[in-house]
Amino acid sequence: MSFLIGENMVGGYGGADILKGCTVDVNEGEIAVIVGPNGAGKSTAMKALLGMLALGSGSVKFKGKDITHLSPQARIAEGIAFVPQTSNVFVNMTVYENLEMGAFLRDDDISETVEQIFELFPILAEKQQQFAGELSGGQRQQVAVARALMSKPSVLMLDEPTAGVSPIVMDELFDRILEVRQSGVAILMVEQNARQALNIADRGFVLVVGENRHTDTGAVLLADPEVRRSFLGG
Amino acid sequence: MEAITDITNAIVLLLNYIVVPGLAYGSQLALGALGITLVFGILRFANFAHGDTMAFGTMITILVTWWLQSKGVSLGPLPTALLALPVGIVFTIAIAVATDRLVYRHYRQQKAPPVIFMIASVGVMFMMNGIVRFVIGPNDQRFLDGERFIVRARDFKASTGLAEGFSIKVSQGLTIVIAVFLVMALFWFLQRTRTGKAMRAYSDNEDLALLSGVNPDRVVLVTWILAAVLATIAGTLYGLDKSFKPFTYLQLLLPMFAAAIVGGIGNPIGAILGGFVIAFSEVVVTYAYKKVFVYLLPTSLEPSGLMQLLSTDYKFAVSFIILVLVLLIKPTGILKGKVI
Repeated sequence: MSFLIGENMVGGYGGADILKGCTVDVNEGEIAVIVGPNGAGKSTAMKALLGMLALGSGSVKFKGKDITHLSPQARIAEGIAFVPQTSNVFVNMTVYENLEMGAFLRDDDISETVEQIFELFPILAEKQQQFAGELSGGQRQQVAVARALMSKPSVLMLDEPTAGVSPIVMDELFDRILEVRQSGVAILMVEQNARQALNIADRGFVLVVGENRHTDTGAVLLADPEVRRSFLGG
Repeated sequence: MEAITDITNAIVLLLNYIVVPGLAYGSQLALGALGITLVFGILRFANFAHGDTMAFGTMITILVTWWLQSKGVSLGPLPTALLALPVGIVFTIAIAVATDRLVYRHYRQQKAPPVIFMIASVGVMFMMNGIVRFVIGPNDQRFLDGERFIVRARDFKASTGLAEGFSIKVSQGLTIVIAVFLVMALFWFLQRTRTGKAMRAYSDNEDLALLSGVNPDRVVLVTWILAAVLATIAGTLYGLDKSFKPFTYLQLLLPMFAAAIVGGIGNPIGAILGGFVIAFSEVVVTYAYKKVFVYLLPTSLEPSGLMQLLSTDYKFAVSFIILVLVLLIKPTGILKGKVI
């Protein structure tokens, strides 16, 4: 049984359905990646898992419990963390305050988690008193991921974490994400850089117009000639 | 020797008629602008009812002050209004929170655009204004009692031997001291407490704050409480310093908005800075400098006019001009605020 699963999800933002019965799931200690062409409903699928979109039909289950009707806040309290694609840091707050906000729902001591975060992202320890808005794009993405991790989530969802950062920063960010997986967190991400993402993925979902086209391990998808031709540029 | 005396007299004149009144008026505007900027930062609309919220809080404070005075209660040298202030604050919090429940919450649930909120606040402004005029009347009310001066012009002249007097009114001293404490407390709250940080996060990035588990209802409630506290204190201090007249409080809306926008709206430090910028500009351009020049210039060059740049009747034009200039040149305000 999957840790977090959205089954046969159908829905959209009013108007026509964007998701037309797609299924996405992720297990503990696993990286799952959603790829696909523009407008395939990748981000929408992730928002549906988070509850930011009402489903017409289908269900979302987390740790075996049906959470289809929980609000996003309630899902976060259950242990799901989300890093939006844009505006994902508090620009007028310091790096440290961003981390504090990530741990807003916790009432225990957060210093140990802060230490772990600083080990994972050493640059943030250096910049902890700087405003997040003053950091470079890559550093900001690190703050964004770090903020999400502060709630000690069991599932981390990332919406295009490498959008707009340089290839070097992208490699580094993927390395960090691999490290996060080591700690047993389930990671689900939507990625434009499909090839690199599938490289580190345990499982990949190729979505096309709101439906699952291919679902397999990252390596198999990378080797599949049809997937390569249609989605990875040969 | 006489030259030094003349220069000292000129400085005393400027201190007495520009620096002290400017500091007091600036503090009052800063407290008002802080309320406007907090509501703008959190609820994302320009609250036109803020001036009349100030009038409402001041009115309650005045009514309680009169009642206390009739019972023979007094604070000695300090105005009795200070004792009545907490009651005024409680009533203003109640009406601010009630207004939110009855008016603004509806539009929040509808996710109405900011302009709808702004127009709704104009409605609230008229309602509040009506209540105040109905209860206390449209006329000037005086409620200052106790000692009038901390430093008296006559005593100052006697002890320094200068021709010009220097005075600090109790209301001016109180305004500055209370404003300093209030601002320190507010910043401590916003920077150090969990709720304060949640408010800043909500103001910074609403969606991400919600994703972090911030409870929006609580943030909104605390914002109205803070706005009501600031409005009542600012209004009462202004009333003690000048006088209380409902229409004046409606007029105060312009310099307060100008202060908030000039400093950078949504930015609390900007509101304080803006308050002093507006207050000093008003005082500086409307002061008649004739006497200062008489002291500083040789007799042959003495000015014949009042040497006043602008009549006091036009003081609101000053806020307007500064506001327009800032919006043209630096729309985010002196310190970086939100672009409106």
